[in-house]
Amino acid sequence: MIELANIRKAFNQGRHNEYWALHGIDLSVEAGKVTAFRGPSGSGKTTLLTIVGCLSRPTEGRVRFKGEDISGLPERFLTDIRRQSFGFVFQQFNLIKGLSAVDNIILPGMPTGRSRRNLVERADELLDQLKLGHRSRARVEWLSGGEQQRVAIARALINDPQVIIADEPTANLDTALSREFLAILEGFTAAGKTVLLTSHDPLVVESSAVHRVIGMRDGRLTAD
Amino acid sequence: MRPWLEKQLHLIDFTLASLARRKTKNVGLLLAYTLIVFVLASLSLFTHALRSEASYVLAGSPEVILQRMVAGRHDLIPPGYLDKIGRIRGVQKKEGRLWGYYYDPVVNANYTFMARPASEVADGTIMVGSALARERGLAPNNTISFRSYAGKLFGFTVAAVLSPDSELLSADLVLLSESDFRRFFEYPEGHYTDIALSVANPQEVRTVAAKLSAALPDSRPILREEVLRTYQSLFDWREGIVLTVLAGAILAFAILAWEKASGLSAEERREIGILKAIGWETGDVIRMKVWEGLVISLTAFLLGGIAAYVHVFHFGAAVFAPVLKGWSVLYPRFTLVPAVDGLQIATLFFFTVVPYTAAVLVPIWRAAITDPDAVMRA
Repeated sequence: MIELANIRKAFNQGRHNEYWALHGIDLSVEAGKVTAFRGPSGSGKTTLLTIVGCLSRPTEGRVRFKGEDISGLPERFLTDIRRQSFGFVFQQFNLIKGLSAVDNIILPGMPTGRSRRNLVERADELLDQLKLGHRSRARVEWLSGGEQQRVAIARALINDPQVIIADEPTANLDTALSREFLAILEGFTAAGKTVLLTSHDPLVVESSAVHRVIGMRDGRLTAD
Repeated sequence: MRPWLEKQLHLIDFTLASLARRKTKNVGLLLAYTLIVFVLASLSLFTHALRSEASYVLAGSPEVILQRMVAGRHDLIPPGYLDKIGRIRGVQKKEGRLWGYYYDPVVNANYTFMARPASEVADGTIMVGSALARERGLAPNNTISFRSYAGKLFGFTVAAVLSPDSELLSADLVLLSESDFRRFFEYPEGHYTDIALSVANPQEVRTVAAKLSAALPDSRPILREEVLRTYQSLFDWREGIVLTVLAGAILAFAILAWEKASGLSAEERREIGILKAIGWETGDVIRMKVWEGLVISLTAFLLGGIAAYVHVFHFGAAVFAPVLKGWSVLYPRFTLVPAVDGLQIATLFFFTVVPYTAAVLVPIWRAAITDPDAVMRA
């Protein structure tokens, strides 16, 4: 589903503080599976996820999504792909304070032109599935960490993407909530979705919900 | 069409929610901006209304006033001038006028004394302007004395107080009979202060003025349009003075509004990053923020404009009136007829809404074009 060929990524290229975060990554990600990237901070896990999720471009190399080379596409097309095919769950959840859970969830659906009623109905369905229906109109800053994460997951699902990208999804959760997240992960694969995540958490990387764990160090893949 | 419309509705919806979420900042901005619009609109509306008022009042004044100049100074018109003018083609009507300034040490104000025919003002009586009547506490049948040219006190009975409708031009006016005027100022018979002329064909006013200058080389014809222009420049000048005086305050508020509008908080930058990461296009983010700027600037424009209208036309521009409308210490009191034109509104719009929107747009554009991956690194 996703193929990376010789991906290299530099920051501040051409300047005195030039830094190469990725050094020639070759990888093929299978559809409908959960793939986890494990490695120390600064190993390039997040950078790799941003490239896979069309949030940034590789400095060198090719990214193929569903057989199509998307590395050279203009920003506008990348945004379309990102909106239609990818859902993101960020480490800090990145919800917008002051808005309700539902209003946060429908944000990725707004540029698609779907009606508000349609989006809100879908958001309520997702919250019900995530057992958070009773908090749908609460402002997100009033929710607990676990509840906020479920709102972030619902937001990632609002456009029904094929791929979920989660960066350190359990970093801010206790063990019980982390287990809940793993249960949700199993639900994703049951629904045929592809999941890519980064994690340090042994509970996640050693879980049966994760099909493949890839090690990373110093911008290179170390082992499967 | 429908998805496009839905998208715009979502953007407006999000914009309004976004404004409500930053209530303190936005209300502060709105107040500062409304104040700027209020000051500028009040000045503009007031001076424009004054100019219209002056044009309206002067419409009934003579087309040409002829003065005699001696050694560069205004001097009395001697006998014989009226006859000479009567021989110039194009002059329809001529009238010798008698008027002069009088300084009243009681209120430290200058009055304008003007002679009227005995049919209008009887000997021993005067008619006074409303501002003068207010200042000296005069009412019909009161008596008042002025010191004449000879240094003697000259007593008058107030026959009437002039209508406040004409107060812009009659605030300091004292009308008295011709014989009283001549005795008071010791003007010899047959002499006049100036001559008021009306011209048969309004297109020929300048030609008639040229003929007058040629026939009476020591005379100076003053055209009504020149008087009107002087009034316009006077009000322009006063408006300029007020603007200069207020420039500091306006600038301070403008800088405050600009800074608040153009400075994006860390929270706003974060939100833009999130929106981009979850699939909003750069254009969507910019459109949303432009909506935000427009809502604030248009609201400020409307509130400031309406407040200025009420201030000028219902409260007589209490804040600026002393600087803008009066001369001497006698400030005329009158109700301005609302006079607003499209150009005024367009100018005000251009100098308030447009800079604000630009102030909002540049930093937003900068933030909106940053890579969406920044949000993953926050």
